[in-house]
Amino acid sequence: MESLTLSDVEQKYYSDLFVYCDTDNTKKVASNGRVLDLFRAAQLPSEVVLQITELCGATRLGHFGRSQFYIALKLIAIAQSGLPLRVESLNSVKDLPLPRFVVGKNEAEARHAALYQDSDSQGLYPASATAVIPRPPGRGHQNKKGPPTSTSLPVHEVIQPLPPTIESQPEPTSPVVSPHQSPPTSPHSWRKHKRQHSGGNPDRPPVVAATGAVWTQFREPQSGPVSGDGMWSSHSPPLPSQESWVSFTADTPPSSTLPTMHPSSVQESTTIRTVASAATTNEIQRQSSAYDDPWKITDEQRQYYINQFKTIQPDLTGFIPGSAAKEFFTKSKLPILELSHIWELSDFDKDGALTLDEFCAAFHLVVARKNGYDLPEKLPESLMPKLIDLDDSAEVPEPTTDVGYSASPVEVTPSKSPSMPSLNQAWPEMNQSNEDTAIVHPVPIRMTPSKIHMQEMELKRTGSDHNHPTSPLLAKPPEMSEEAKLPASMKFVAANTVGDGYSSSDSFTSDQEPITRQRSQSGTSPEALKVVAPPPPPPRPHPSHSRSSSLDMNRTFAAASATGQPQPSTIAYPPAVPPRPLPTQGVSGGGAVLTTTSPQQIPQQPNFADFSQFQAFAASEQDGQAEIHLCYVKGSSGPLAPPPKPVRRRLKSEDELRPEDEQHGPQKSNVIAAVLATQPSIPRSVGKDKKAIQASIRRNKETNTVLARLNSELQQQLKDLLEERISLEVQLEQLRPFSHL
Amino acid sequence: MAVCIAVIAKENYPLYIRSVPTQNELKFHYTVHTSLDVVEEKISAVGKALGDQRELYLGLLYPTEDYKVYGYVTNSKVKFVIVVDSSNTSLRDNEIRSMFRKLHNSFTDVMCNPFHNPGDPIQSKAFDGIVSGMMVQTG
Repeated sequence: MESLTLSDVEQKYYSDLFVYCDTDNTKKVASNGRVLDLFRAAQLPSEVVLQITELCGATRLGHFGRSQFYIALKLIAIAQSGLPLRVESLNSVKDLPLPRFVVGKNEAEARHAALYQDSDSQGLYPASATAVIPRPPGRGHQNKKGPPTSTSLPVHEVIQPLPPTIESQPEPTSPVVSPHQSPPTSPHSWRKHKRQHSGGNPDRPPVVAATGAVWTQFREPQSGPVSGDGMWSSHSPPLPSQESWVSFTADTPPSSTLPTMHPSSVQESTTIRTVASAATTNEIQRQSSAYDDPWKITDEQRQYYINQFKTIQPDLTGFIPGSAAKEFFTKSKLPILELSHIWELSDFDKDGALTLDEFCAAFHLVVARKNGYDLPEKLPESLMPKLIDLDDSAEVPEPTTDVGYSASPVEVTPSKSPSMPSLNQAWPEMNQSNEDTAIVHPVPIRMTPSKIHMQEMELKRTGSDHNHPTSPLLAKPPEMSEEAKLPASMKFVAANTVGDGYSSSDSFTSDQEPITRQRSQSGTSPEALKVVAPPPPPPRPHPSHSRSSSLDMNRTFAAASATGQPQPSTIAYPPAVPPRPLPTQGVSGGGAVLTTTSPQQIPQQPNFADFSQFQAFAASEQDGQAEIHLCYVKGSSGPLAPPPKPVRRRLKSEDELRPEDEQHGPQKSNVIAAVLATQPSIPRSVGKDKKAIQASIRRNKETNTVLARLNSELQQQLKDLLEERISLEVQLEQLRPFSHL
Repeated sequence: MAVCIAVIAKENYPLYIRSVPTQNELKFHYTVHTSLDVVEEKISAVGKALGDQRELYLGLLYPTEDYKVYGYVTNSKVKFVIVVDSSNTSLRDNEIRSMFRKLHNSFTDVMCNPFHNPGDPIQSKAFDGIVSGMMVQTG
């Protein structure tokens, strides 16, 4: 046997058929009655059937094994689609529709056929569907059993001219409505159907039979499969040409009617029919169109929905307010929970009102639910409201708003009042304020002042490397933002303002070097502390620091260099990046620095070069703040790091320096380096051995003492600041309860 | 990721409360209940500009040993409470805000549903979906 490749659907279908035929449960089907009936039901000429059996090898074997059976089925499908019977065509034919078996087939098979065909409808049926499309309408009228056809016609007619009948459909459950004007028998039978099919699709076969009986009265086009047995056999002979269509119908009824979600076939098709009187007559047409998408709304359905929409809202481009929609759909007697879910699915733009498209989608879902189809979790694509489909641009913006919540409320709500205007108004504010608050963090505060200060520093110093300090300043904002969450950052900002007030008052006002110098020297520690103490608001202190501190630092360094003391360095050192640790570090670093005696190496890093320039300034300025700032800045940023190291090296022996550098890291070294850099003479003096060494020792000791003093002063400042902060917080707490909503 | 999310109505009864099931749910219910006091206090404290989002978001209500509780109140006095596990990498404030914003949006959608009566417990799959997305994934 040739290998046979089957699609999943085919596999299922064939296996079901095989099981069906395998009455003896022997896993191989003899040419028993069922198989023969099946083949007969395929509506193929007997010669073809014989050929098929030959091809599949059953003739050889004398019975149908599973593979032979499958092959036979596939050949039947091929034959039915009009292709020549070839063994090669078994696997070569793509998208072959499932073999259709008509008439004698029992409901199970019909159901299966329908089932598989529905589930597989997409690929398979369009071809056949399209082929048959032209016929169904006519067929529909003719085909359905005599009485049905007769009634079908009136029903068909009913569809269009009977909106009132249609109206009954929204309330399919209400018996009162159904018996309306619609074709006499249909409502009644529909109701019967409903009663029979209340609930899910548990007992299909029995129901099917019952419905089949009922249906015969109806003429439902779809009743094909159900009532197929008796009816079809009677009809099929006279309608050989229609057989394909009949089978088509039989196979597709479930798919045809409204949402063809569940190929649960007969029962559902019956229930579906009960739902929409108009829909039933349209089923034939729907069959063809519905194949593509189980949830697709056919034209008749859509027309019906539109009519319903008009009853509520004459303007097709307008909206149906939520309350009106609620009343309307409540009539369908679905549980509120399900209606709520349907609403959630169909109200695409979440505005509390339904446009025509949304209304159609909702209606469609209601109908589906009434027919027993489960509601989807998400809105099917075919039900998505089209932007331009039926309605105008009014709908255009709405679907787009679906995506961005933040934006949509603003856009949508203005157009539709039902939603919460206040909320929507709040939303853009929220977004903006969020962004604002988010942005508040660091950059704005820091940037300008630091830049300004930096520029000032640059002006004061010749070096262009002062940009480096800016980088640490710039680096600060990110640190800030990372450290502080929004409220924290706010606090920091506030603190910064406070700090700035301090520093600004100190540094800005004392723009001139001498003043800063004085401040630095005398009040260096307090100022430095003030400036430095609120470390979180780096920007403020930085800018002020940068400016003043630069000056100060310069002065300090200058003084240091002038005095040849490590003082500037020591002073500069403590304020290094972590103010608190700085003092200690500064002290220790200073000590370490002081101990070194070989400060020869001049740092090659550009920072150090900057620093040397900086130190030159510092020498003239000597401001503790500047030092602090410098240290702080340097500590925070990389660029400043190098200078201290080299400076250290100058003071210390290379060996000592290196380990120390590694230990302390750039921060302390920054200050010290800066300080030390101001003592260029020191390294050179090393060459003089003892004298130089002693001098450097002396200097280092002095620097040490200065640093210690500075340390204490800074700590005092820190305490003061903390106390202030605490008092402020207490005030804040006191103020808070006084403000009421 | 939150371990518990609750929506409390204006009258301070819960409209929706959902916790990570593995944990002791009763504990979270109690926590949410006690957090209402803090919410009330914050509501009465904040005076001025109504409709300012800063007031909608109440921030950290109070931290306990295991978790933190964040609050958010709408203009209609509907409160959202999120309980997050402290052991989690501390969520940024903005993330909490965005969670509240999402909650608020889906709550609005629920309210828009004409079949939903304000004051009824929230039974919406969409809302459940959003909340599940925010809850701790495990368990």
